Amino acid sequence: MASLKSLRNRIASVKATRKITKAQQMVAASKFRRAQDATVAARPFAEKMGAVIQNLAGGLKDNPGAPRLLRGTGRDEAHLLIVCTADRGLCGAFNTNIVRLARQKIEELQSAGKKVSIFCVGRKGREQLKRQHGHLFVETFEFTGVRRIGFANAQAIGKRVLEMFDEGKFDVATIIYSKFRSVISQNPTTRQLIPAPVEEQKASGGTVYEYEPDESEILADLLPRNVSVQIFHALLENVAGEFGAKMTAMDGATRNAGEVIDKLTLLYNRTRQAQITKELIEIISGAEAL
Amino acid sequence: MTDKITFDLVTPERLLLSEGAEMVTIPGREGDMGVMSGHMPLISTLRPGTIVVSGGDKGDGTYFVAGGFAEVTGAKLTVLAEDAVNLSELDAAGVDARLAIAEKDLSQARNDGDRARAQELIDLLRNVRAQA
Repeated sequence: MASLKSLRNRIASVKATRKITKAQQMVAASKFRRAQDATVAARPFAEKMGAVIQNLAGGLKDNPGAPRLLRGTGRDEAHLLIVCTADRGLCGAFNTNIVRLARQKIEELQSAGKKVSIFCVGRKGREQLKRQHGHLFVETFEFTGVRRIGFANAQAIGKRVLEMFDEGKFDVATIIYSKFRSVISQNPTTRQLIPAPVEEQKASGGTVYEYEPDESEILADLLPRNVSVQIFHALLENVAGEFGAKMTAMDGATRNAGEVIDKLTLLYNRTRQAQITKELIEIISGAEAL
Repeated sequence: MTDKITFDLVTPERLLLSEGAEMVTIPGREGDMGVMSGHMPLISTLRPGTIVVSGGDKGDGTYFVAGGFAEVTGAKLTVLAEDAVNLSELDAAGVDARLAIAEKDLSQARNDGDRARAQELIDLLRNVRAQA
């Protein structure tokens, strides 16, 4: 049986852990709120941009003069995967889920004979992918030290991606991130960035616009911006998901710690009682023997 | 003037402004234009410049934009700008920070279009700083 002292130490250590997880949970909860607000606030821009691009792209898609970001390079050989994960752990299976999806995608593409390169955003993803796929990395980005992810961060990534596209390093770019659904459910998702996917035009009853300058020039101007906007959107969803997952994970950890403390306290009291009883018996039987 | 045009100024991070205004002057790629209610549907890219709101619900205002695009439908004007800020809230430090970024962009620009765009922004920012 464990000694009383060691039990006391264990109870103290689990209590300390519970304090930390509790604090982490509360921090995550407040950051989560902020992240969610940011996601909601960013939505109108992304939606409007998407709508205008769809509107323009529908008519220009088969035009040989269409921008390369829309048409693609005409090949489907080299793929770039932009894997976005969090920079910190302690958020349950959040990062692992994204990485798992990334691995799946990598294997799928490789077995189809495609060339794959990886653009890693976030520290955890890099750590988890490094061992198996480290040789595929072309670029990594981290946000350690960045307090709030702003559009400028996304722009930096977008710019780098576009540079690589211009240099002909890849034909298709796909971003992998976690779509935020609720605090307990985040779905790892893939989304094609380049060439920009165009949905089948729905009954085009929209307004007829005048364009200034002309349509293809506007499109050429908008598409590169859109890459950054899409990345920004993915990053925001990721942040919201990360803190959501962290809240759930830390809530679970706090509860588990509470259970362990209860169990240990019970064991501690029982042991103490047994010891007292034993000592009493020793005294009484000693007295009786006289 | 009775009819007002609804003016939305949106940045990637948030909806900066949404109000009715009598006229909004935007820096279109091919020249400034004043947009009033009933303007014909139009989509235009913007150059770096200032947006002037006159007769707005919350008074007149001037906003700095670093480019973007505008969509006009009869009763509504939506400006999507990557960076927009109310000129009265833009202080010297803000201008300098933007200037530094723009200069970096210029040094890294890889084609004439990017270079011209960055230069335009720098000129505008210098101008703003001189006035402040």
